[in-house]
Amino acid sequence: MSLIEEIDYGTPRSKSTTMVTLTIDGNEVTVPEGTSIMRAAMDAGHQIPKLCATDMVDAFGSCRLCVVEIEGRAGTPASCTTPVMPGLVVHTQSERLKKLRKGVMELYISDHPLDCLTCGANGDCELQDMAGAVGLRDVRYGYEGENHVFAKSHGEINAAWMPKDESNPYFTYDPSKCIVCSRCVRACEEVQGTFALTISGRGFDSRVSPGMSESFLGSECVSCGACVQACPTATLTEKSVIEIGQPEHSVVTTCAYCGVGCAFKAEMRGEEVVRMVPYKDGKANRGHSCVKGRFAWGYTNHKERILNPMIRERIEDPWKEVSWDEAFSFAAAKMRGIQKKYGRDAIGGITSSRCTNEETYLVQKLIRGGFGNNNVDTCARVCHSPTGYGLSQTFGTSAGTQDFDSVEDTDVAVIIGANPASAHPVFASRLKKRLRQGAKLIVIDPRRTEMVESPHVKALHLPLMPGTNVAVVTALAHVIVTEGLANEAFVRERCDWAEFEEWAAFVAQPKHSPEATAILTGVDPNDLREAARIYATGGNGAIYYGLGVTEHSQGSTTVIAIANLAMATGNIGRPGVGVNPLRGQNNVQGSCDMGSFPHELPGYRHISGDAVRDQFEALWNVKLNPEPGLRIPNMFDAAIEGTFMGIYVQGEDILQSDPNTKHVVAALSAMECVIVHDLFLNETANYAHVFLPGSSFLEKDGTFTNAERRIQRVRKVMSPKNGMADWEVTIALAKAMGFEMNYNHPSEIMDEIAALTPTFTGVSYAKLDELGSVQWPCNEKAPEGTPVMHIGGFVRGKGKFIVTEYVATDERTGPRFPLLLTTGRILSQYNVGAQTRRTENVVWHAEDRLEIHPHDAEQRGVRDGDWVRLQSRAGETTLRAEITDRVSPGVVYTTFHHPDTQANVITTDYSDWATNCPEYKVTAVQISPSNGPSDWQKAYDEQARHSRRIVPAEAAE
Amino acid sequence: MSSPDRLVYMANQIGTFFRSQGHDKAVPGIADHIKKFWDPRMKRAIFAHLDAGGVGLEPDVREALTSLKQSLPATP
Repeated sequence: MSLIEEIDYGTPRSKSTTMVTLTIDGNEVTVPEGTSIMRAAMDAGHQIPKLCATDMVDAFGSCRLCVVEIEGRAGTPASCTTPVMPGLVVHTQSERLKKLRKGVMELYISDHPLDCLTCGANGDCELQDMAGAVGLRDVRYGYEGENHVFAKSHGEINAAWMPKDESNPYFTYDPSKCIVCSRCVRACEEVQGTFALTISGRGFDSRVSPGMSESFLGSECVSCGACVQACPTATLTEKSVIEIGQPEHSVVTTCAYCGVGCAFKAEMRGEEVVRMVPYKDGKANRGHSCVKGRFAWGYTNHKERILNPMIRERIEDPWKEVSWDEAFSFAAAKMRGIQKKYGRDAIGGITSSRCTNEETYLVQKLIRGGFGNNNVDTCARVCHSPTGYGLSQTFGTSAGTQDFDSVEDTDVAVIIGANPASAHPVFASRLKKRLRQGAKLIVIDPRRTEMVESPHVKALHLPLMPGTNVAVVTALAHVIVTEGLANEAFVRERCDWAEFEEWAAFVAQPKHSPEATAILTGVDPNDLREAARIYATGGNGAIYYGLGVTEHSQGSTTVIAIANLAMATGNIGRPGVGVNPLRGQNNVQGSCDMGSFPHELPGYRHISGDAVRDQFEALWNVKLNPEPGLRIPNMFDAAIEGTFMGIYVQGEDILQSDPNTKHVVAALSAMECVIVHDLFLNETANYAHVFLPGSSFLEKDGTFTNAERRIQRVRKVMSPKNGMADWEVTIALAKAMGFEMNYNHPSEIMDEIAALTPTFTGVSYAKLDELGSVQWPCNEKAPEGTPVMHIGGFVRGKGKFIVTEYVATDERTGPRFPLLLTTGRILSQYNVGAQTRRTENVVWHAEDRLEIHPHDAEQRGVRDGDWVRLQSRAGETTLRAEITDRVSPGVVYTTFHHPDTQANVITTDYSDWATNCPEYKVTAVQISPSNGPSDWQKAYDEQARHSRRIVPAEAAE
Repeated sequence: MSSPDRLVYMANQIGTFFRSQGHDKAVPGIADHIKKFWDPRMKRAIFAHLDAGGVGLEPDVREALTSLKQSLPATP
């Protein structure tokens, strides 16, 4: 193993298909038109010295180190800004060039510290490399003159010197080492799209400035790390590198945070991670990252991580540390005992969308094969299950239709109920790049999210009332149909025409018009009409949506309505268009693919199908139950009723993440055996009898599947700190229960998945190593995977239009609960926060706040920062208010990253009609000033504290 | 919300989606949905509720459950 270093070509790749041939240093080179001479030379294997150029940003031409000579042209042009032309003859090295470059370097070094030996970038410094490349041996100017290097010059304070900025928890800014190449500024603009950095001043006064000469932390910087990656010197450096030193080997792996699935190089020293750097060849992220994947991996060795198995008879008892064997036999005896007493169907389990495909597959195999029932569900139940239902009804497969590269061909992007800038930041950056090139954006969201207005981005915003998605999307369809904007040729060719006509007649009814529905939705009819016209006629239209669509009582209906819209306008089946569900967690897509739902086996095949069951029964050597099992909310109901008494939960915190916490507490308390398999004593573990310590994504092999169906490798870079990878734990638990599963390595599990799942037939670890990643379906028909679905025709044959009647949710506002609460995420935190709260990311978001409109706040006498009591029909909690007009009057909003907020004490039992995906996004509430935490919060905290006591194992003597 | 009430609510919610497709499509649609997605104990409970008079069930839903119950083999 060695350090993986991608080639830096100096300038971005040209997409042109016209080829140009020229001569560089006597060699003929053929490259696409628009390529720089610098890149063409690198293609030919000749590296032209450079400092301000890097291929992650456009050429700038400021350092003048990359000068070349071109026959027949005067002077020495910069090779980074000079495009190739047919027949050019270029020389990259000559006496004149050598002299020029040496002179340039001499000037740079005359204002740069010479502390290379003790510098954080020692071993990874382009300035040092270039000094070597040009043969710099002497700096004639000395260090006595004006400089940025020394705090004091000639005993006087040096006004040009600036101290280090260490405000960001993950990297430092050392201005004395800056060469003002502006790579960081350009990375922030071009790659991230935040525009937090600029160069202030001119000439010798030029400085990199976050915001208006603020600290990094105080500026609008989002800590994505692009500037640190771009910096050629030690000016912007990861604190971990400064502390540990340069890494010696690296391994490509996949981030374990959101559904974007960024590829990273884990840069290592032995078994210690030095830093995580986004991998340029990662096809989801193309070399970019966000603050979570790039920096927030410290939770993996946080002191609160539990490394030993623990058991207890009653949840009132303290935990007792035991050996793995004792934990497995204790758990197995309890689970089998429950089945004996209450019946085979009285136990079940939950697979994790954070674990690997292989681990998820094993948990559902244990439940179906070992428990002998289909009581398996996954956290996708509470996020994207309506996507599965809605898209498979209309298109024939639950898969999102595109890859992320597709956004480069999009002309109109519609974002519904999602906030990629916070929840899918790397995709947001790629989208913003396209928007800056002129694509249009429509945002349908109750809240004015970061996507609505950001530097050089201004969306058409339809701020709807929470719960009215179906009315709004159907109104868009009304405009498209009644104004004759539907793509009839596409529909006639690809869809069922009779069903389309029925649907068109339905949406054309006057009651679905934007004017008629405005009273419910609160959306300006003119804006809605404008949005429909832009989407239908503006070129390639792509819809991206998130949990603001699915987590409603009409979640599945909205997904169907979105699919109708895409079919009616012909926006399916080519790059740049499509219906794109933005999946929340890293492996939501994979956990669904792997048969985590109670009614279907891997590959989305219903459990009642005899032929499919036969296949699994033959390979697993066990009889399978043909009846669907319980979904998570049904499990809770059955527990309270006394028919569901034991559960194995891998990597999910159902108590914090599921709605109506009191109901979940009642259900968990009713169970006789709760097995929690996790990194930390999460909230669910407060009600558990067995705790099996989990392993982090750095400690195991496997695969994750991201939102674009891309299967990517997760590679082990260190031994599991708890002693066993998660897949090994599930195998051992199964064995203790008398169900043998024999695998030596996760690759063997993938081979079994491939053998049983038609869309995975071509997937193997060998292929993933060879291609980097593949998007399923990957089989004989598509050996290298399928970036875009439904090309030429739909998976189900003809696309199916289904009518979507808007039905108001039963969760209504009234005199007691006049406001609507909706929930969302913030950039620096992730989901229930189990990981990010255990990192330095808390500096950005130490607590959840309730966003409230100034009008509503004033009526209730609430000031910014005040504690407020938030009350719904389900319960009440307290948190602090943030007064903002990002939300409309009548709407309040909060995040759910912190357990003490207890946002889910407030949310109700209402759920999607088709899938029981909970209605998190609409809760009728009232707020009033408060003095601090509610009685429930205090009691909960006390119970949690009591439940987390651990008695260490006694030494065996 | 306790058992039969909750199941009646869920069944009616399914019925509401299919309502706009008209009675002839709605009845088989509702029956198929419940058949595919409900666990046996939930089906048993709603059938028992149906036998006991089926209070609260919308007409299409009642019809769908009646036909579904007849089409399934008797559960032990």
